[in-house]
Amino acid sequence: MIGVGKAKQYGNVLDKPLSRGRQEVSLSAFAFLFSELVQYNQTQVDNIAELERRLEDAGYAVGARVLELLCHRDKGNRRETRLLGILSFIHSTVWKVLFGKVADSLEKGTEHEDEYMISEKELLVNRFISVPKDMGAFNCGAFVAGIVRGVLDGAGFPAVVSAHFVPIEGQQRPRTTILIKFAEEVIKLLLQILKEFFVFVARKPRKSQYCP
Amino acid sequence: MAPLVPKSGDAVFASVERVNAELFTLTYGAIVRQLLTDLEEVEEVNKQLDQMGYNIGVRLIDEFLAKSNVSRCVDFRETADVIAKVGFKMFLGVAATVTNWDAEGTTCSLVLEDNPLVDFVELPDTCQGLRYCNILSGVVRGALEMVSMKTEITWIRDMLNGDDAYELRVKLLKQVPEEYPYKDDE
Repeated sequence: MIGVGKAKQYGNVLDKPLSRGRQEVSLSAFAFLFSELVQYNQTQVDNIAELERRLEDAGYAVGARVLELLCHRDKGNRRETRLLGILSFIHSTVWKVLFGKVADSLEKGTEHEDEYMISEKELLVNRFISVPKDMGAFNCGAFVAGIVRGVLDGAGFPAVVSAHFVPIEGQQRPRTTILIKFAEEVIKLLLQILKEFFVFVARKPRKSQYCP
Repeated sequence: MAPLVPKSGDAVFASVERVNAELFTLTYGAIVRQLLTDLEEVEEVNKQLDQMGYNIGVRLIDEFLAKSNVSRCVDFRETADVIAKVGFKMFLGVAATVTNWDAEGTTCSLVLEDNPLVDFVELPDTCQGLRYCNILSGVVRGALEMVSMKTEITWIRDMLNGDDAYELRVKLLKQVPEEYPYKDDE
């Protein structure tokens, strides 16, 4: 009988060996699917903010799983515990796995201490999307913002993440910036760690005392 | 101009832009989960997934015809073969097998052993009756309708329900003759 033999069955999804992540599908297949996600959610909402929130929620579910998957497969069950570590993990590892390339840039906000930005000239999910005029500043990148929020939240850095179009000079299409604003508690925690670190350094006996 | 030579599924898949299947898988999972939360009833979710697939199929057929150089199929047998070998391969990166033809040559099965939609997926007890991959049957139905074939598609086997493969039963209901509603002078 055809169809028997190659595909092995597993009683539990966890018994199945983890894929290496090399498999691919066509970009159009993803684009079609994503367009259905957006269209379906449009039928469920009354306004743009709600639509963005729903796309973000969908992305969050992806982000939470990506973090788990990548920590397990690529990082030998280790997860970043430092703020900059997790940000660069998203900017390079997560982006590379999901979108096939490292994100164009990761910057720290100039006006606020607790803001970071990941920018992408042409976000994969926005490749085939043009936003109608009457939908204002709506950006389907909300889905990617959700992914970022999912990863950050799972790693213990809760943040508010949003996607924005930023016009670039001389270019017809704007780039998308994912704005990450960390929750107050994260910043407090960071300050606390810094403070403890300095106290620790201050208390540490000088080297010269050990060397007569 | 020389007639275009139909490409094999592998050739088309190699020539199109591709993305990591995990992004695709997880996004699909997010969609199904959203539908389950919104619609609550498993039957409704199946219906919505089928509808989404149909919408995709209606649009996808254009890209398929444009990129595969497939010309008109002589019969339904050839159509099924092209879907399995070129269609599935071109979009999902996995080919299907065509089997179990009936005597009239109007019903057959498409069997998928490898299915990128279901990586990491396990159905909980509360989701019994959910046709997780129902979007696929919608896609095939929608695409075939655009090339004048009305079909009825049912799932026979589903690995998420403990079967050994994914089997779609495709039944050709009728071939709608192409009509030209427009007049010459328009």
